[in-house]
Amino acid sequence: MPESIPADSVGVVSPTTVHFTEPLALDCGVTLKEYDLRYETYGTLNAAGTNAVLICHALSGDHHAAGYHSMDDPKPGWWDNCIGPGKPVDTNDYFVVSPNNLGGCAGSTGPLSVDPATGREYGPGFPIVTVRDWVESQARLADHLGIRRWAAVMGGSLGGMQALQWAVDYPDRIAHAIVIAAAPKLSTQNIAFNEVARQAIRFDPAFHDGHYREHGVVPERGLMLARMLGHITYLSDDVLHAKFGRELRDGKFNFGFDVEFQIESYLRHQGQSFVRRFDANSYLLMTKSLDYFDPAAKFGNDLTATMAGCEAKFLVVSFTSDWRFSPEKSREIVRALLDARKDVSYIDVESEQGHDSFLLEVPVYHAVLKNYFQRIRPEFEP
Amino acid sequence: MTELRADQALIADWVRPGSRVLDLGCGDGRLLAALQRNHGTSGYGVEIDPDNIVSCIANGINVVQSNLDEGLTEFDDDSFDYVVMTQTIQAVRYPDKLLHEMLRVGREGIVTFPNMGHWRCRVQLCFGRMPVTAHLPNTWYDTPNIHICTISDFEDFCADAGFEILQRTTVDASHRTSLGMRLMPRLLGEIATYRFRRRA
Repeated sequence: MPESIPADSVGVVSPTTVHFTEPLALDCGVTLKEYDLRYETYGTLNAAGTNAVLICHALSGDHHAAGYHSMDDPKPGWWDNCIGPGKPVDTNDYFVVSPNNLGGCAGSTGPLSVDPATGREYGPGFPIVTVRDWVESQARLADHLGIRRWAAVMGGSLGGMQALQWAVDYPDRIAHAIVIAAAPKLSTQNIAFNEVARQAIRFDPAFHDGHYREHGVVPERGLMLARMLGHITYLSDDVLHAKFGRELRDGKFNFGFDVEFQIESYLRHQGQSFVRRFDANSYLLMTKSLDYFDPAAKFGNDLTATMAGCEAKFLVVSFTSDWRFSPEKSREIVRALLDARKDVSYIDVESEQGHDSFLLEVPVYHAVLKNYFQRIRPEFEP
Repeated sequence: MTELRADQALIADWVRPGSRVLDLGCGDGRLLAALQRNHGTSGYGVEIDPDNIVSCIANGINVVQSNLDEGLTEFDDDSFDYVVMTQTIQAVRYPDKLLHEMLRVGREGIVTFPNMGHWRCRVQLCFGRMPVTAHLPNTWYDTPNIHICTISDFEDFCADAGFEILQRTTVDASHRTSLGMRLMPRLLGEIATYRFRRRA
C-alpha cells in the first residue's frame, strides 16, 4: 500500500465501462449483439485527438496498467513502471488508453458476464474471440473516445500481437506499432504448452465442463497448474536458479511430496494467487486467441505480403533469454518489415529474466521506449 | 545532434538525394540522420551495441540490431542504392565476405578505413613496434581492429574481387586533404574513403 502516491505515478485511477450496442461479428461466426468494454485512461487527450496511445494487455492482464485504485491498493497497475509522468510512456505528453479485452474477466464482457439472450452467465458458452476481434472492439472504443488514429499501439507478448494486428487491419489508424516480446504466430511448442494448461483446467473434477460457477466451485487445482506451467515458461532457467537454486525450505529432505524446494513453494504461491483473480473459462479463451493468431494466414502465409499494406512505423523488441517468445520470432517480424521496406527499429535486449522481461524495468529496454516516445512526440503536437 | 566526422561529411556529399542507404556499424546514427534530414534518404542502420541503438532511436533513424559477422541475411538482394560502412571494416571478422555482401544488397558500396600504409605507421613498424595512431589508438593485445589494411591492399582486393572503384578520397588526422595527399595518398593519407561497385 502506498504511504503516499509517488510523483511519477498517474495516481489514484478508476476504470470506466462503456456499453456498445452495435453488434460485433466475431471471427468464429458468432455475433455479440451488445457488449461492455472496461478501460482506464491516463493523461489528457489533446484537442486534436492525436496523442493517444493504446496499451494492449497480455494473457492474464487487464485494464489496470498504471496507478492505484485506492490508497489501500497493495500494488500499482501491471505496467506502472512504464506509464506515468516522466516514464517511458510519459503521461505528460500522451493520453494512454488501456482496455480489458473481450473474453477477459476484469469487467469487459466475458464468461462471467450475463448473456442478455438467456439472462444467465455466459460461462463456457462465451464465444472464442481472436486478436482480430479485439482489434475491432478496440477500434470502436477509439471511435467512442474521439480518437481517429493512435499515436501508438503498444503491447508485450499477446499484447504485442494486438499491436501487430492493428497495423495490418487499420493501416491508417495507427502511426506507430510497438511490438514487444511477440511473434508473428505461436510455435508448435508454444501451442503445446497452452494445450497442457487447458487440459489441466478441463480435467479438474471441479471444472464441470465450464459450468463450475453453477456448482458453486472453482477448478482451483487446474487453473493453478496451468499458471504454474505458464510461470516456468515465462522465466529463464538462469533466473529460476539465481532466485531459488535448490534451496530447501526446511534445510533437509523430508522424503515426501509436500513443498520442499523453494521453487515449489514459489510456484504454488503464484498458482494460488492467480486462482483468486482469474477466471478459468477466460484463461481457456485467452490461450486459444494466442494459438489462433496468424495474420499471415490471410496472405498466403507470406508475412512480407501481410506487412506490405502497413503504414505504421515499427519498434520491435525481444529479450535474449526469452524462450517462450524467442528473439528469432521477433526477427521474423523484422525481416518481413525490411523486405516490405517499412520503417522499423529492432533491439534484442540483454536480459536474464526470460519472457517476463517485458514487464520489468530493464534499463536499455526502458531507454529505448523512452527515446522512441520522446522522438515521435513532435508528430502529434497540434 | 552531434556534427558529422569529416569522412561522414564527405559521404554525405557523395550520396544522391532521395536514395536508399544501409549504414553498417552506424554508431549513434548521426550519418543516417544527417542524410535523412538534408538529402531525403531512407533506409536503416545496423548496429550491435545497445547504447548506440538507444542513441540511434533518439536520433530518429531506423536501426536494426544485428551482428555484421553473421552477414546481411536480413536484407534482400539489390534493396539499397548505397551500403555504407565507416570505420568499421577493420573490426569485422570476415571483411572480404562483408564487402561482397555489401554489393549483394546494394548497388554501390562506400567504405572508410584508417590507412595502415600511412608514413607514421610505417615509421613505427620500422622501429619494430605495432603502430598506434589517432585512428588506431589501441595496443596490439586489446584492439578491436583485427583486419587493418593499407590503401594498396584495399585496391588489390577490389581488383581481385571484380569491384570497380568509382571515387577515392584520403584525408589526414584533422580530416583535411592536401596536395601532398592527393599526390601520395598511400603514404600521406590517414583515412581512406572509397565508393565502389561490381564491375559490369
